[in-house]
Amino acid sequence: MDWAYLFEISLTGLAGGGLYALAALAFVMVYKATRVVNIAIGEILMVGAYLFFTFSASFALPLWLAIPAAVLCCGLLGAVIERTIIRPLLGEPPISVFMVTVGLASVLVGLVEMIWTADQRRLPDFMPTQPIMIGEAFLAPKIFWGAVIAVVFIAVVLLVFRFWRGGVALRATASDQAAAYSMGINVPRVFSLAWVVSAMIAAVSGIIVGSIGGISSSMGIFGLSVLVVVIVGGLDSVLGALIGGLFIGLIEALAGAFLGGEYKLLSTFIMLVIVLMIRPYGLFGTREIERL
Amino acid sequence: MRIGTLKQSYVADAALFDSRTQKIWLAVAAALLCIFPFMASDYWLYLACLVSINVASATGLNILTGYTGLVSLGQAAFMGLGAYTVAILETRLGTPFLLNLLAGGIVAMLGGIVVGIPSLRVKGLYLAIATIAASFIAHFLFANLALTGGTTGISMPPAKFFGLPLETSFRLYWVIVPIMLLMLLGAANLFRTRIGRAFIAIRDRDISAEVLGIPLLRYKLLSFGLSSFYAGVAGGLWAYFFRVVTPESFPLLMSIFFLAAIIVGGMGSILGAILGAVFMTMVPELLKLVVDLLPGGSELTVFLSPVRTIIFGLLIIGFLVFEPLGLAEVWRRIRRFFHLWPFRN
Repeated sequence: MDWAYLFEISLTGLAGGGLYALAALAFVMVYKATRVVNIAIGEILMVGAYLFFTFSASFALPLWLAIPAAVLCCGLLGAVIERTIIRPLLGEPPISVFMVTVGLASVLVGLVEMIWTADQRRLPDFMPTQPIMIGEAFLAPKIFWGAVIAVVFIAVVLLVFRFWRGGVALRATASDQAAAYSMGINVPRVFSLAWVVSAMIAAVSGIIVGSIGGISSSMGIFGLSVLVVVIVGGLDSVLGALIGGLFIGLIEALAGAFLGGEYKLLSTFIMLVIVLMIRPYGLFGTREIERL
Repeated sequence: MRIGTLKQSYVADAALFDSRTQKIWLAVAAALLCIFPFMASDYWLYLACLVSINVASATGLNILTGYTGLVSLGQAAFMGLGAYTVAILETRLGTPFLLNLLAGGIVAMLGGIVVGIPSLRVKGLYLAIATIAASFIAHFLFANLALTGGTTGISMPPAKFFGLPLETSFRLYWVIVPIMLLMLLGAANLFRTRIGRAFIAIRDRDISAEVLGIPLLRYKLLSFGLSSFYAGVAGGLWAYFFRVVTPESFPLLMSIFFLAAIIVGGMGSILGAILGAVFMTMVPELLKLVVDLLPGGSELTVFLSPVRTIIFGLLIIGFLVFEPLGLAEVWRRIRRFFHLWPFRN
């Protein structure tokens, strides 16, 4: 066993896991507030990346303008989605809402293929390119900086949601909807807020993921790994999303390095089945108690 | 106008087809199905076979999702299990095709029961995602086992029925459609029995069902088994129809397609699965026709695939938002109109 190699692979895995954690945060945000399992998260992330591509490559905007523009547009998309297709389904069985997001994913993929074609594109480089050495281990610069941005962004989001009024409202709604209503919180607005913020986080992670691996209309597959992350971590747990992200990133990297690339997705899904069998509500999820 | 239901025995009340009008229409439909292959072109025969296979599989998914309330995104994987079993039996052993189909169904059923095991602990969306995992694992096995021929898959000879090779859509039609009808009849009858009613009870509230004395694990596994049996047989028919089976033949998108079909058609309704599968299979074809008719059609074909993806998504969203009970409900309303005519409901 080559320990240096193992260390290097683990670092890459953890860095990749940081990206999963960021996308999983977007997912958990919506689930906590609205109890909607948004399977289209991978596609929203893709739209964010394509918007960035359009602003920076086609409109030739400078970086500091292109990123916020893409993130804001994606937030707007989140608001539109919430108003047009999620709001009418409030109170419907969770399965219906889940299927609506499946339909949404299909629509988004179709739109992206129509506007930007299905070809693979490259995002403009904006991260430093000198290699990163941690001890003996070499880390690809894009992955390292991507992980750094992800971690910083996660920290910012968590701080904002701890201290900002809107964040408090969101957490209050998540913990008890009726009580939040009676304290004068505008719950439907909180739902919109959750979708907007979630879409914006997804856009950021889409820009990072896209600049590491390029963008294409099949980028939504990233969403499947994110789904595994949140299920393993527990659907309604922010901590679960973060730890689950790192965990799945690590497992994927190890499986990819020691077994081969095709084992990556397989290993994560096997991990998912194992976790579901042992802890049906994920590692940190709230156990739901059913009453008749 | 239909006036009253004057039934005098329980048998009449429980009958699958109760009115004379209904029986007449069924006879007309059967006659049409018999004449259809002699009138239609190869293209329409091809579509008819494809639709029949999809109807069979969608009915299976409806047993599981529509009637038992367990959402599955693994239907395509079970079809794959059936298709691979049929292909392997056909190419290695050369057993008769009806036996192969049955074996395909049984293998898929066993697979379904294994996948169903978590369903007692895991519910709702967690279960849906566990079935996604199962379909990925199945895909991996198809692509990497020596038995299944790796990524190139298996090519197989046409099915033989008493020495007659079934290689055209015309000949296959006479096999696929009767099998599909038989499966539909089976499903329709299932919900007049103890088992079917237990499924419905579990869907409506599984804890209450358990309190009423329905063993949850056994019935949930039974539902998984039956549904995957349908998928397996449909997959076997699929294999005979396309005569090549590869790991890419049964993607996750296909499972989503079947779930979409029963949502659009109407969950928990036999008619719904039929209508949904027919509708969802025909929409892309109709779209192709429309594009061909439009001026400058050749330039528009570039957009055909994305538009198809968008319309697929819009159909799911539209039906869930505006008509959650699906086409079956639309059909019921139309029937009601004629029942009550000349009065308005």
